[in-house]
Amino acid sequence: MAVPVAAIVGAGQAGFQVAASLHQEGFAGRVVLVGDEPVLPYQRPPLSKSYLAGQSGVDELWLRPPEFYAKQQIDLVYGDAVTSIGRRTHILRLASGREISWDYLVLATGARYRPLPVPGAELDGVLPLRTLADADVLRRRLHQSRRVVVVGAGFIGLEFAAVAIAHHADVDILEITQHPMGRVVSEPVSRFFTDAHIRWGAKFSLGTGVVRICGDNGRVSAVDTTDGRRLPADLVLICIGVIPNAELAGEAGLTVENGIVVDEHLATSDPSIFAIGDCASFPTPFASGRVRLESVQNAVDQGRCVAASLAGRPEPYEKVPWFWSDQGDLKLQIAGITAGHDKFVIRGDPNDRSFSVFCFRDDRLIGVESVNRTADHVMARRLLAGDPGLLPEKAADESFDLRAHTRGIASR
Amino acid sequence: MPKVTYVHSNGTREVLDVPVGTSVMRAAIIHGIDGIVAECGGEMMCATCHVYVEPDQADRTPSQSDDEKAMLEFTASERKPNSRLSCQLVATPEFEGLVVYLPETQV
Repeated sequence: MAVPVAAIVGAGQAGFQVAASLHQEGFAGRVVLVGDEPVLPYQRPPLSKSYLAGQSGVDELWLRPPEFYAKQQIDLVYGDAVTSIGRRTHILRLASGREISWDYLVLATGARYRPLPVPGAELDGVLPLRTLADADVLRRRLHQSRRVVVVGAGFIGLEFAAVAIAHHADVDILEITQHPMGRVVSEPVSRFFTDAHIRWGAKFSLGTGVVRICGDNGRVSAVDTTDGRRLPADLVLICIGVIPNAELAGEAGLTVENGIVVDEHLATSDPSIFAIGDCASFPTPFASGRVRLESVQNAVDQGRCVAASLAGRPEPYEKVPWFWSDQGDLKLQIAGITAGHDKFVIRGDPNDRSFSVFCFRDDRLIGVESVNRTADHVMARRLLAGDPGLLPEKAADESFDLRAHTRGIASR
Repeated sequence: MPKVTYVHSNGTREVLDVPVGTSVMRAAIIHGIDGIVAECGGEMMCATCHVYVEPDQADRTPSQSDDEKAMLEFTASERKPNSRLSCQLVATPEFEGLVVYLPETQV
């Protein structure tokens, strides 16, 4: 008798997780995991942190060793891209010509770096940081680079900047808004990290974009800014965000809007097709409206959710989102989604380099950003899983026993 | 190279050579030991590499940081006095003969 086939498109953190969880959850069919990168599934976060800095090797990036896939009876196909989905035929076509029939399909296609649409962006030395191959190039180039320009002050840009400074490069950071990481963190955390990078030696140009990138014999030599300056550069990192890989889904007639649109069970407009991770736009109780999140937590928890669903135990996806970023000796941990807050209070003192910003909307806690303060982060994750029942004035009061409050809430 | 014994919740034992400087978590992942999930990759953002250290061997392991203590609140299996995050157990020569017990579940 034919067993059902679950095909997973994309072998990043999310795709890997579905594959790893399906059999654990009791799925009785075949599992095929298809990735277009020519390497085993790997972790992405270290690419802009320890791996980039040369503190960890490639062996530490693999999510699991090669034997794992055979042992778990996962048919891993890598270095081959899916070119069409075949909703009517239930056949995936791959670039190599291979065909894979599927009963359930999980799209974990991730996101790709957003190119900067300016003249000179194609010059040698203008680089992205998204894949292992990108990180390998940057790791080599960093040693030869003296003047680095980082375009975009998000997590990746600032993590990269901290590593570049540690490599004794001069670093200019251009950010089109007034607030580094402003899309994802509150003003005090943005300011704190900006000040920290300045102390480490980076120069910020806020409210500043790129007009063109200049080259010399095909190699980057400078960046012309929107405020009329020419910044010398031998390496330019472009990190202005990502584009969700939703084209395959769109061509297959699935609904796409800032990513592949899914319901609370992470199913697309076709109930046999799911989408998870960076490419999926999903409804969440942790924000007003839909979100698309780029994080390990989101990839892993959504992968587990779909695996449970395919094994016959569907549950709506409602995990508390969390994120982290390592920059220099600072660790930023975020629980919940703080964008859209109308009030914040600070617990602790930024001058002590250990504090948390508690963010509220309509006096309800929606997220907490912690700097070198893991205990707060842990409590925040617990609180946000239910009704936090925490008033701003209590959160700000260090004499208020947050731990006891959290225990009380969690035991309800 | 220190030999570390991993005892699964069903009692089966696996012994690995864990190079000095490598964590008990990383060695388990590299050798495909079921029962260590390590979803954050050793960043101390989750508690899915939870182990129980043989109680009378606790003094061979590095002391717990405040961050590790905080994150241990998220263990899926019961937290005990000998609970550790194995990503923080970076091997030293003293790890020779160390025994760690894997919890029933990590998630």
